[in-house]
Amino acid sequence: MKRRPTFLLSMLAFGFAFFYVPILSMIVYSFNASRLATVWGGFSTKWYAALWSNTKVIEALMLSLKIALVSATIATILGTLAGIALVRMGKFRGRTLFSGLVTAPLIMPEVITGVSSLIFFLLLAQWIGWPAQRGFTTITLAHITFSMVFVTTIVQARLLQFDRAIEEAAMDLGSRPWQVLFDITLPVISPAILSGWLLAFTISLDDVVITSFTTGPGSTTLPLLIWSKVKLGVTPDINALATLMVLAVGLGVVVAGIIMNRTEARRLADERLAYRTNG
Amino acid sequence: MADTAFLRIEGVSKTFGTFHAVRDVTLSVAQGEIFALLGGSGCGKTTLLRMLAGFEEPTAGRIYLDGKDMAGVPPWLRPVHMMFQSYALFPHMTVETNVAYGLKHEPMSKAERADRVREMLDLVQLTQFAKRKPHQISGGQRQRVALARALARQPKLLLLDEPLAALDKKLREHTQFELMSIQERTGVTFIVVTHDQEEAMTLADRIAVMDKGEVRQVGSPTEVYEFPANRFVASFIGSITTFAATVVGREDGQLRLKVADFGTEVLARDVAGITEGQAVTLALRPEKITISQARPEAANVVEGVVKDLAYFGKDSLYRITLPSGALVQVHAVNARRGDEAARVADWDDKVWLSFEPGAAIVLGD
Ligand SMILES: Nc1ncnc2c1ncn2[C@@H]1O[C@H](COP(=O)(O)OP(=O)(O)OP(=O)(O)O)[C@@H](O)[C@H]1O
Ligand SMILES: [Mg+2]
Repeated sequence: MKRRPTFLLSMLAFGFAFFYVPILSMIVYSFNASRLATVWGGFSTKWYAALWSNTKVIEALMLSLKIALVSATIATILGTLAGIALVRMGKFRGRTLFSGLVTAPLIMPEVITGVSSLIFFLLLAQWIGWPAQRGFTTITLAHITFSMVFVTTIVQARLLQFDRAIEEAAMDLGSRPWQVLFDITLPVISPAILSGWLLAFTISLDDVVITSFTTGPGSTTLPLLIWSKVKLGVTPDINALATLMVLAVGLGVVVAGIIMNRTEARRLADERLAYRTNG
Repeated sequence: MADTAFLRIEGVSKTFGTFHAVRDVTLSVAQGEIFALLGGSGCGKTTLLRMLAGFEEPTAGRIYLDGKDMAGVPPWLRPVHMMFQSYALFPHMTVETNVAYGLKHEPMSKAERADRVREMLDLVQLTQFAKRKPHQISGGQRQRVALARALARQPKLLLLDEPLAALDKKLREHTQFELMSIQERTGVTFIVVTHDQEEAMTLADRIAVMDKGEVRQVGSPTEVYEFPANRFVASFIGSITTFAATVVGREDGQLRLKVADFGTEVLARDVAGITEGQAVTLALRPEKITISQARPEAANVVEGVVKDLAYFGKDSLYRITLPSGALVQVHAVNARRGDEAARVADWDDKVWLSFEPGAAIVLGD
């Protein structure tokens, strides 16, 4: 009786440890007073203070946030439209090809995406003189193209289990297809769209590969900054920076989880109430 | 009459690929009528309804509503509203906003709109649930919201796809009468799809019985029950026993049939289109047959033995074996009281069955 749980539990513990011990040690060492990353020199928060006064870090953070915000928003709009078109337009010519094209970037090595984006921008610069130099715009465009795919996939999955009858009901009641889209379809799938946006945002925020291909002088995002600093050796301020990012992401996940649990619990309670006060 | 009908469906067919979902249907429905489309699962009822609402274009044929050809008219421009099989309420809107949704396309003031919504919620007795979301109300209430929403714009024609299928039996019976009274008050023409023959009989002024995409008979509930046009309709509506027969003669408005299973000849109501010598089907409803111990004085008398009987209190169902081995179902009302009188006959009793010529249905197919 007792054996199997023990085995399973130790497997579970091992799995979790594999993933979380590095992160935990990183967090612990971010409070290390010593300058050496691997020697414990007592507790201190000085690296956090150092980060705050490091304008390079703050600038990189701001750039990353700006890119993530813009690219996630545009990717969400385009990705949602593509998802709706794929599910709703029925059988149009080249539909299989198109949906294949949409999902291909999901499995395409990032290096390929990065290189092809770079070549494209170079060619474009040669032909039409734009973009004259790479930076915010080119990074954002590259992020849109690959994070849009994730939004499309999420929206598509949501739409496939969507009851089409409610769209037909709206049409039946006098709404044209575009009104139905805004009145019914988008509001109903808005949670999926929101999670698509969040995904696009985080993908953009921590991307290194594609960003490094499409960036230019003076445009250093936070992941690029960390990457370049680490090449010179791991210092405790990197630990501190990474810890802050873990904290931010963790907080986001927890908040999203709480909100979703709440609404679900609320819905169930409502349904029970409905049957009790059944008129 | 066909030319002045409110809704005319002329030779409408719908094929999906090579599959015929609806086949050459011609119907006309009068204004203010409750018309039922009755048929088994997959016989094309929903497809026909969807063509009326404009979600599907007919492959062939025409639909005229109030004299206007509906070909190419999109759903949002048709004065036809539909109540969906799944109700299809908007999950993110309250009961009130669901009902008000169609009204945003009407040229009316805010106050008028609010009045109409209140009136509709009143009609379906849901005023106290106005602020709830669809998942916060019960199934029966959702059904009423769907009805109120479809009626709010005052359509000329209301299509109801299995409106009561999702309700339990008790609620269904209650709601049937509610639907009828709402139809009476609003005067809107209803087309109700159902696979439940009792529901069709209760609700409808006229019924179209469908099978495999075709309409097999159109008529009042009495007509389709008492005068079925073919074997499909006869056996689909109510229970019935059928026998192979041959027409041997015609005498004062009656047909004389030779029925092998009876070993005798019987008289039946004459039907147009039947010729002498033709092989036909004789169909008898269980409640139209009288069972007795002594040989009765009647036009049609057949001998048999009680094989099975089920006593239900107010009535009994007998299964009688004829000399040929064929089985007949007989339904008898237990009018008399007392132990021995409760049943007309017992197991293995020799009995006589009799029926009026008028109650015998002769089917040409
Ligand atoms: N879009 C479609 N493509 C292909 N076949 C279809 C389509 N819609 C309906 N059918 C087929 O047409 C036939 C009739 O379908 P329909 O939905 O009209 O049946 P129904 O009478 O409403 O049945 P039920 O009582 O089960 O609702 C079915 O065999 C169905 O599989
Ligand atoms: Mg159906």
